[in-house]
Amino acid sequence: MDFTYHVEGGDFTNAGSTSSEVKRMLKKLGVSPDIVKKTVVALYEAEVNIVAHAYRGDISVDLENDKVRIVLADEGPGIPNIEWAMQKGNSTASPKVREMGFGAGMGLPNIKNNSDELNIQSEVGKGTTIELVNYFNK
Amino acid sequence: MADVQDFHHALKFKYDLCIGCAHCTGVCPTGAIHVEDGHPQLDPNRCVDCGRCYQSCPVNAIYIEQDDFQTIYDYKYPVLLLPSIFIAQFEDKIKEKTILSALYHIGFKHVFEVEKSVDFIKQDMQKTVTANNGFKPIISTFCPAVVRLIQVKFPVLVPNLYLSKPPLDLTALYIRKLLTEEDHIPAEDIGIFYVSPCAAKIAAIKSPATEEQSPVSEVINMNFLYSKVMRVIKQGEYQLCEDSRTRYHRLSKDSVSFTLTGGEIGLLKDGRNLAIDGIHNVSEFLEKLEDEDIQDIDFLELRACDESCAGGILCANNRFLMAERQRKRRQKSPDEVDAEDNDLLNYTDYLTEHKRVLGTVEPRSMDKMDDNLSVAMQKMRRAFEINQNLPQVDCRICGYQSCKALSEAVVNGKAEVEQCIFVQRALEHSEKLTILDTQRINTKIWGLKKNDPAIAKNLNL
Repeated sequence: MDFTYHVEGGDFTNAGSTSSEVKRMLKKLGVSPDIVKKTVVALYEAEVNIVAHAYRGDISVDLENDKVRIVLADEGPGIPNIEWAMQKGNSTASPKVREMGFGAGMGLPNIKNNSDELNIQSEVGKGTTIELVNYFNK
Repeated sequence: MADVQDFHHALKFKYDLCIGCAHCTGVCPTGAIHVEDGHPQLDPNRCVDCGRCYQSCPVNAIYIEQDDFQTIYDYKYPVLLLPSIFIAQFEDKIKEKTILSALYHIGFKHVFEVEKSVDFIKQDMQKTVTANNGFKPIISTFCPAVVRLIQVKFPVLVPNLYLSKPPLDLTALYIRKLLTEEDHIPAEDIGIFYVSPCAAKIAAIKSPATEEQSPVSEVINMNFLYSKVMRVIKQGEYQLCEDSRTRYHRLSKDSVSFTLTGGEIGLLKDGRNLAIDGIHNVSEFLEKLEDEDIQDIDFLELRACDESCAGGILCANNRFLMAERQRKRRQKSPDEVDAEDNDLLNYTDYLTEHKRVLGTVEPRSMDKMDDNLSVAMQKMRRAFEINQNLPQVDCRICGYQSCKALSEAVVNGKAEVEQCIFVQRALEHSEKLTILDTQRINTKIWGLKKNDPAIAKNLNL
């Protein structure tokens, strides 16, 4: 069962609506609460990343009998060094942004911690595609 | 986990009074009520006993069951466990002492206020919140309708529930201990009668969220006891009681305000703590919390009723007036009370040992469409397709709360999509249904009276 959602960069008032929608579907399927929670955490983080950094993006959600596969593809600045960004604490955020408590370098690590499979591809100047998979019976 | 069919509900319908207006269907926060045969039908697995339906009923066709009051005379030692909000029902000129005297006259041996244990809880709550390194925020379990709402609608948040016993249970435990150990009354002679301001507390006593049994023996509805006391007072039958007779002590400020909105978070000095009342407000906030949209909150006080317990559906007076009286009482109450004033504090060790709720609160999602995931997936897809073709006006003529609710009922085999009047018109148009067919369908939902062709004649049409 497939669904696609569009996310507009900079639209913080609607950030999180896709993860909320996916949450509702997982609840209907009777997926256990801890797996619902980690999927929501990972997706919310990834969705807000698009809103905060990219120009626009599409999120496609594929529900299968044993897993949910979510692909977030954005048009945006891209991530220059994915491996580096995956390390906890590493962040490209300016001191000004960090002063406000953002850019702690927890974004990607948090997505990783809350997904069973994670694939990130990025091209600087073009955009980023994140694929995350969570299994229902873990 | 308890069998979901076993969930006890205190709310019941009187079909002989019901006019089938379905106002209750519209206000239910969990979509637990639909209309069939002209009357509301309750889904016991969804209902959280919040009482919004009771408030919405224009003809008082919903009632709250209660234990037989006469049972107080079966116990040698009937004790009344009174929420402090009970007193706030009475106008100012009726003094506390008069109310107490009337209660003794009715036959209770002792009257204890539930909030006596707040002085104990107070010592514990800040410590628990500060030390919490598990799920955030900690969600209060004080309001049983909220606990049930989380179980059925927000199962992800079940691990956030504060598993310390609420004042009601702690005070009841203290009463049993006190009366058996100090007064040497045999345990079987003691009957603890709790006066409930709402349906949710009754349901929670009759069928607790965990397997632990309630220490309360019987429940009395607050409006029922209010009327009984008023009658005794108006007829002047009582004798003013001696102060020495009573174990009814002055409550501290924090104890008095505990059941009002903000009463719990008022006990916390540090952290980010929120108080939210009204079940729809609570639901909206929990939805956001479940979405991970809200972070860094330490403690959530959630109450199903507007104005918290002053807005309980069994309160005999207006909630704003009651809350105002309660706040006034707070002003007049001492800042702190010690063990001399509140001997419950002498039982701190005992209560500490028993404060934790035994057993676990299990999530029991109402949203789950089937036990089998691939069947659930098919049903979800089908419901989604049906819903896309429904008008989205949520008119409830089909008997369900919303178009979405109808589509889910259809895939679960509980309803037919032909119950939608827009679908009916479309089918009449393509001659797949006759007017007689649609009349039969609508009669099945709303009953004969509302589908009687004589209506036209009566209206001179």
